[in-house]
Amino acid sequence: MTRPIKLSCRNVWKLYGANADQLLHKSPSPTDAEIRAAGVIGAVRDASIDIADGEIFVIMGLSGSGKSTLVRCLARLIESSRGQVLFEGSDLLQASDREMIEIRRHKMGMVFQHFALLPHLTVLQNIIFPLTVQGVGAQETNTRGREVLELVGLTGREDYYPRELSGGQQQRVGIARSLVTEPDLWFLDEPFSALDPLIRREMQDEFLRLQARLHKTIVFITHDFDEAVRLADRIAVMKDGEIIQVATPQELLLRPATDYVAEFTRHIPRDKVLTVGALVDANLTGSGAAIMADARVADVAERIIAADTAVPVADVDGRIVGAVDRVAVARVLFGTGSAT
Amino acid sequence: MTQRVANRHAFSVNGGAVRWLTPRRAMTLGLIALTLVLGKYGGDLAKALDMRWLVKFPSAWTVPFKSQITVAMKWLVEDAHVGPLAFTDLTRAIAWLIEQPYQFMVSFLAKGFWAGQGAAATEILPAASWIAVIVAVIALGHYCRDWGLATLAGGCFLYLAAFGQWDSAMVTLASVAIAVPIGAGGGLLVGIWAYRHPVGERILSPMLDLMQTVPVFAYLVPILFMFGFGPVSALIATIIYATPPMIRVTTLALKGVDPEIVDFGRMAGTTPRQLIWRVLVPSAAKSIMIGVNQVIMLTLNMVIIASMIGAGGLGFDVLAALRRLDIGAGFEAGLAIVVLAIAVDRISQAFAQQAGQAPTVPAGQGWIRRHRRMVLVLVVLVVAWLLGRLVPALKDYPEAQTLTTGAFWSEVVRYLNINYFDSFEAIKVAFLTWFMLPVKQMALGIPWPWAIAMLVLLGWRAGGARLAVLCGTLSGLILLAGLWPKAMITVYLCGASVILATVIGVPLGVVAALSRRGGQVIGVVIDTLQTLPSFVYLIPVVMLFRVGDFTAMVAIVLYALAPAVRYAAHGVRNVSQDLIEAGTVSGCSKWQLLRLIRLPMALPEILLGINQTIMLALSMLVITALVGTRDLGQEVYIALTKADTGRGLVAGLAIAFIAIIADRLVSAAARGARIRFGLESPS
Ligand SMILES: Nc1ncnc2c1ncn2[C@@H]1O[C@H](COP(=O)(O)OP(=O)(O)O)[C@@H](O)[C@H]1O
Ligand SMILES: [Mg+2]
Repeated sequence: MTRPIKLSCRNVWKLYGANADQLLHKSPSPTDAEIRAAGVIGAVRDASIDIADGEIFVIMGLSGSGKSTLVRCLARLIESSRGQVLFEGSDLLQASDREMIEIRRHKMGMVFQHFALLPHLTVLQNIIFPLTVQGVGAQETNTRGREVLELVGLTGREDYYPRELSGGQQQRVGIARSLVTEPDLWFLDEPFSALDPLIRREMQDEFLRLQARLHKTIVFITHDFDEAVRLADRIAVMKDGEIIQVATPQELLLRPATDYVAEFTRHIPRDKVLTVGALVDANLTGSGAAIMADARVADVAERIIAADTAVPVADVDGRIVGAVDRVAVARVLFGTGSAT
Repeated sequence: MTQRVANRHAFSVNGGAVRWLTPRRAMTLGLIALTLVLGKYGGDLAKALDMRWLVKFPSAWTVPFKSQITVAMKWLVEDAHVGPLAFTDLTRAIAWLIEQPYQFMVSFLAKGFWAGQGAAATEILPAASWIAVIVAVIALGHYCRDWGLATLAGGCFLYLAAFGQWDSAMVTLASVAIAVPIGAGGGLLVGIWAYRHPVGERILSPMLDLMQTVPVFAYLVPILFMFGFGPVSALIATIIYATPPMIRVTTLALKGVDPEIVDFGRMAGTTPRQLIWRVLVPSAAKSIMIGVNQVIMLTLNMVIIASMIGAGGLGFDVLAALRRLDIGAGFEAGLAIVVLAIAVDRISQAFAQQAGQAPTVPAGQGWIRRHRRMVLVLVVLVVAWLLGRLVPALKDYPEAQTLTTGAFWSEVVRYLNINYFDSFEAIKVAFLTWFMLPVKQMALGIPWPWAIAMLVLLGWRAGGARLAVLCGTLSGLILLAGLWPKAMITVYLCGASVILATVIGVPLGVVAALSRRGGQVIGVVIDTLQTLPSFVYLIPVVMLFRVGDFTAMVAIVLYALAPAVRYAAHGVRNVSQDLIEAGTVSGCSKWQLLRLIRLPMALPEILLGINQTIMLALSMLVITALVGTRDLGQEVYIALTKADTGRGLVAGLAIAFIAIIADRLVSAAARGARIRFGLESPS
């Protein structure tokens, strides 16, 4: 897991309010009390994250916790009050307007909660819009447009207008449009929050399918912990503008940093998140065919429970690292306490 | 059951049982009473104390703003220059730029293209045939919506031809066709500029406020001074009058674009220019088109006023008829403006609605098929031109076939006046003696120091120190300019009209909100009232009541009624459903719901409606000057006829100051009410 870092930010602050600059000038990292006393809003406070190439990085938090502000600081749609944003190793905040336009044209794509489609353009025109503003030729835009259109399963809807589509279809257009320039870095700000639960589920599956093919570096925003757990390689949990924990879904479940994080994890079906590796007992020896340590508990639970003895567990290299018995699985399935 | 009783109790505690005569209220009531008493006896009091200056501001104390402005204007026009470039060169250049397209439009629609001068002139090409224009209008209506609109628009233009108003109407249409693109295009550009530069908006906003509150007459005078009498001056005045709302609407519409769309545009890597023209403007097209529609309506509204400084067309016909008191002719020309306004308004509204949606022309068809309406119009135009030499009826609507109703209207008025003169007279006299005269005496009787003190106090209570200073300064300036009595007559005329409009309008609005059927009927009436150009109200009222303050008041009420109704209906309708249900569950009767929940919660909206009513009433003053009022509007009108720049500007600004004071006070009160109800947070 030593993939290169694609995007990172160091001590990023975004304060709103009349006295924001003044406050940061006085004390470079103001405390809660200072912020409140100055009457400013701490939308993002001292955020530092590293996002690896090809990773799905989810930022999770309740509404108002500063997710959108943070992601816009990362994309430099908003100027941070303080801090550094490094994109492919260079400081994004030093880029000139012209350079920013070039970076956005070729390296970044973004999907929005309420789709942000242009009402006066057809589906196809919307999708190729990022290419047309670059002045790419008609022939090429058309082929590329149709390619991404097919990728999101909207072939045949080219000439519809956004208002003639369902919410799910509109977001497909939004996704296609953000992919048409083949960006490396893909921002999605609550892309599925405005959709009905069933459609949301379907879109999440599709999203995973797309990513399996495209291997983008993804910053995905959501307020839905289920969604975060389902999609993320790693999750950053935000509260009141602060990042309180960055971890894999499994780590969040096993070792929540605060009670606040623990509260989120409480209602998550643990067997769908935890892997067998988290339950393995090195002192136990099992019998029968080994199961992989990175298999989800939910997928193998039936086998382990049905087996009479403990089941051996193998790591990625095929070495046996221990075994799991049905007691451990039962505790995950029915218990509420810690998994180990 | 107990629950219900308990809730009732809670309501009565809120509603009545609380001691309502708080010290603050007692003081307010006391001050109002004192003001009324002073209004009635102020004059006598001043005489008794031998301090006449209390009611009559001594002329020795006034500042000669008028003559100073006149001198400054004279210098500007006669001497001002930058290097070799005189100010007059600039005005001439502007005039020339506007004149060229206007002359072309007038030739094309009304006068024909001529070569040579005077008697030796020969016609190269006649004006477009009436048939071609009607076909074009029908095609436009069909393009913008459907056959229904096409029929309406075609019918309106046919009316203009059949009733002998064609030539004047085409002259008017030509100035609309020039003023609207300049006003809308210029407004769009300035609006975009203000959107992109927050500083620009901060500079522009108070200027727009002023431009929208200064009555047009005020700047007619300097325009007349700079550009001379003629259609160009009229066009410039029209453009200045019609552009501010476009700027406002554009900036608002751009600001109203979903922030996500803006973010998207930037993430797509648009340049600032691309962001404006390819993302923001198209996304806001629908709202922006509302601005265009406003420009069109305001332009039409200006036609009669513009005719005072040289615009021809229907406005001139109305004005001339009003001056002759030829009711029939005035009514016909006025009706023709209404008909023209309706056609243009409906078409532009349909166009606005359609603007957000790209046309659904199937691609891949020939140019002719895709533009078949345009082709048809061109063919008719050319054919009518060619055959027009042989068949004159194709060129001009045959005169023998024109209808006229002028005699009919004159007859109706004569009939009404003969048979109902006493009733009309009785109504008029009753209003004058019991309502208008007392208000007038009150307004003129209040000593000016007291009035200014009260304004400052009101400003302070409603909006703090800044508003208090504003009220004091503006009213002080009016006083210093020596316009106090005329300003008070203005306040009286507008005040009486606004009171009447409120008393009529708010209940109508409540009815419109609560009853579906009533709402529809009232909606149609109000829509119609709002589409009509303002001076149209004057004509029938003059017919029945002749000239004077009462006529002015009735015309103002008719013109200014709409927002009172609209806002009240909107406010009552938009009271949160939860509150209504809470009230119903608490056992409120329908009447109690209205009195205890709907009306109080709608108060902020109602206040905003009254604010709009005041603004409209003030802008109507200049038109009612035609019926011989004695207020600031008349002052401007006289200045106009004498081309007295200083006098016109100062009086116009005085009206603007009154408007600003009223606007700020009422808005602050509405805001206060919103904060009290938790609909807006204080900041
Ligand atoms: N332009 C702004 N001005 C002032 N406050 C803002 C602005 N944008 C966001 N905020 C505040 O910053 C906080 C974080 O907002 P946001 O990033 O939109 O949260 P989220 O996306 O997590 O719902 C909120 O309290 C919000 O009110
Ligand atoms: Mg958000």
